[in-house]
Amino acid sequence: MIQLPEPKQDVLARRDDIVAGLRPLLAEEAVIAEPNLLRPYETDGLTAYRQVPLAVVLPDTTEQVAAVMRFCHQNGVRVVPRGAGTSLSGGALPLADAVVVGLMRLNRILDIDYANRCATVQAGVTNIGITNAVAERGFFYAPDPSSQLACMIGGNVSMNSGGAHCLKYGVTANNLLGLKIVTVDGEIIDIGGAHLDAAGYDWLGLLTGSEGQLALITEVTVRILRGPEGARAMLAAFRSNEIAGACVADIMASGIIPVALEFMDKPAIHACEEFAHAGYPLDAEAMLIIEVEGSAVEQDELLTRIREICNRHDPISMKVSQSAAESLAIWKGRKGAFGAIGRISPDYLCMDGVIPTSKLPDVLRRIGEMSDACGLKVANIFHAGDGNLHPLIMFDANDAESFHRAEQFGADVLKLCVEVGGCLTGEHGVGVEKRELMPVQFAAHELEQQRRIKTAFDPGWLLNPHKVFPLQAGASVA
Amino acid sequence: MTNGQTPLLESAIAAAIADAASAGEPLLIAGNGTKLGMLRPVQAARSISTRDHTGITLYSPQELIVSARAGTPLQELEATLAEQGQHMISEPPDLSALLRAPDRPQTIGGIVATNLSGPRRVAWGATRDHVLGIRAVTGWGEIIHSGGRVLKNVTGLDLCKLLSGSHGTLGMITEATLKVLPAPEATGTLLLPGLDATAGVAALAAGLGSPFSVSAAAWLPAECAARVADLAPLGCSAALLRIEDFARSVTYRTEKLRQTLAFSQGEILDDATSRAVWRAVRDAVPLPAAPTDAVWRVSVRPSAGPGVLSAVAAASVRGYLDWGGGLVWLAGPAETATHAAVEAAARAAHGTWMLLRAPESLRTAVRVVPPEPPPLAAITRRVKAALDPRGVLNPGRLYAGL
Repeated sequence: MIQLPEPKQDVLARRDDIVAGLRPLLAEEAVIAEPNLLRPYETDGLTAYRQVPLAVVLPDTTEQVAAVMRFCHQNGVRVVPRGAGTSLSGGALPLADAVVVGLMRLNRILDIDYANRCATVQAGVTNIGITNAVAERGFFYAPDPSSQLACMIGGNVSMNSGGAHCLKYGVTANNLLGLKIVTVDGEIIDIGGAHLDAAGYDWLGLLTGSEGQLALITEVTVRILRGPEGARAMLAAFRSNEIAGACVADIMASGIIPVALEFMDKPAIHACEEFAHAGYPLDAEAMLIIEVEGSAVEQDELLTRIREICNRHDPISMKVSQSAAESLAIWKGRKGAFGAIGRISPDYLCMDGVIPTSKLPDVLRRIGEMSDACGLKVANIFHAGDGNLHPLIMFDANDAESFHRAEQFGADVLKLCVEVGGCLTGEHGVGVEKRELMPVQFAAHELEQQRRIKTAFDPGWLLNPHKVFPLQAGASVA
Repeated sequence: MTNGQTPLLESAIAAAIADAASAGEPLLIAGNGTKLGMLRPVQAARSISTRDHTGITLYSPQELIVSARAGTPLQELEATLAEQGQHMISEPPDLSALLRAPDRPQTIGGIVATNLSGPRRVAWGATRDHVLGIRAVTGWGEIIHSGGRVLKNVTGLDLCKLLSGSHGTLGMITEATLKVLPAPEATGTLLLPGLDATAGVAALAAGLGSPFSVSAAAWLPAECAARVADLAPLGCSAALLRIEDFARSVTYRTEKLRQTLAFSQGEILDDATSRAVWRAVRDAVPLPAAPTDAVWRVSVRPSAGPGVLSAVAAASVRGYLDWGGGLVWLAGPAETATHAAVEAAARAAHGTWMLLRAPESLRTAVRVVPPEPPPLAAITRRVKAALDPRGVLNPGRLYAGL
């Protein structure tokens, strides 16, 4: 269990004054301090951790965000930014002495510029909301995390979210042009814009994925892309994880870049099939979902090449979608994976390590051994093209010992990822969850260098503290 | 750069920087020095080069990654990738001729440190978008790494992006790991002759907004097209849209593009011609830069490109448009007033500029990149101090006094 910090007693003692000081800055109902109304903000997508905040504010404008930040800065109050609260790493977990700044009311699309292929939206617009706004002209916003119906673009930027299609289109960082940020002391700064190349340092790149450590994000300018003529998916089922892994390597080396290349192991296949009835092969040990794009003829050509590659690996079965509806059915199982696992086990931890794709079979074997050793079931679903694993570790939340074992299992999986040359997190972020594992990936002086950069933006460590960096950091995070 | 240090080992680079820091003596950081003509000149008693810190340390084609020490010549890296049918995604330019660089190859460290990208940037991202991992020596004399050798990684602050394009002012990059992709089987180009800048950029926008995966889009006025051998016979302007894919897809997509843009004079350039034309566009060959001229790269929203060209024409500045109109290559008299005209045009278009080439006197006298608003400039100073507390790494390269 990750330790939550001791709240600053002097801040707790000033709670009424702080709330009173915030009220004039915002609309009346936009400052929440009543305990029962604070309860919905006590957790995010990592529901094992809960903490009711000091207060919640829901600003309507960037200027209000700036006013809140100036007030909190002057009064030494910590701030936890929050979008839709879908973080799987506890990135939006409150602190008892912190004000949660909820950005969900900043939900307007400000500008859509098809000629320049960009859109400017406020931080609280949902990921899918951007695509929906530009779909009528055949455009889309590329990164598509599983939570895209709910998660907000400001949170996507903060965590540098990925998705199933980033093998071709890249992650959030590759699809941004500009940000409007509010600094810890309430300054509003525009970063980038509608142009491609920044001059000076790459603040856009540094802020993306910075998990609320450096500044608050209130507006985002994203690239929007014209969709392809069409897309089609296929399934290929294999006799072992090793064989499926070898097939992935061959596809990647073939010169074809599929738009998506997803891998599911046997437990995941079964769970998803029971949930979605997508026609997944229940006799397979491993299954790939492969999607290509282009005209109908181009799709045929690419899928023919991929089928030839799969055929070299003794597949149990292959099924090429013949229509958009069949492709949707294939994706339905994958996109519903979290819900499907939820039916088997109400509680699970979704891990997010990344490994070199060549290590896939070895890592899956070792995860299986760990699962047997600790007596907890695991289903593996991941973005095979880029090596981003999502082991879903099932446990019983009513059993503290079971939760403890699940956390230990998860930590061991992530250590394994680093050991084979990968990293702790590919798209969910470090947050609270993986904070104490950071020394596995970084030497002490490297973490200290990152802390110095954090300090350059946030000298008093008021922004989303006690996340990302291990707690035993010494005075700077006290 | 001939009498400075050229360590073989990363540890020796770290020792040299630690020594300079403890002495408080500034260091000129470079590879082969092919880009020293860019930006502000560095006043430094000492210099250090990555040129002997070379070698590809990891190449895994099926994982789409390659790692190389900073001094590795780019051409060596590209040749290694080509053997496996792969390439650098951001299509880095070779500006050696433009910058009148010494006759030595540009290094991978130099490309990452300057974040220079070619025509493919409009569709597939900049060099910084594909830096997966980095090793560098900070101004503390410490070796740090960020990122790694996997395609996705959000662990900790992204120092890969911060160091890419920092021109050696925040750390001396010693090794980079890059995402690479299969090189396309074929390249084709739709050429639309005779359009003015506004109509040309509108055509580029229509192509980039089509479903056919245009991978580059440029507009060259007649005088610039005349400087590219394959376009010179046109005798007029050229709007160019590139498709890169499997051969049959290139044939299909270039034709579909011609139909979609409904431009009857559209001509489709074959593979060899396309590659030659885009290499020229990439390396600023079309730019009518007299030997004494200054050169700028201005980055604006694509539809603003034509306005920048016309705004600076009165100052005798001329150029062409890449990135669908969003990259404005400019050349003109190397004078303060001319620079001011370019700066004003870029500002009016809410864009950025970089003074890419000029005599040292001009590069010292003017802002080579846009000034930052005061709150951001304060952050810049603090971040610089966080990585280079004694201010010894390429001082003054981007901003005077920093």
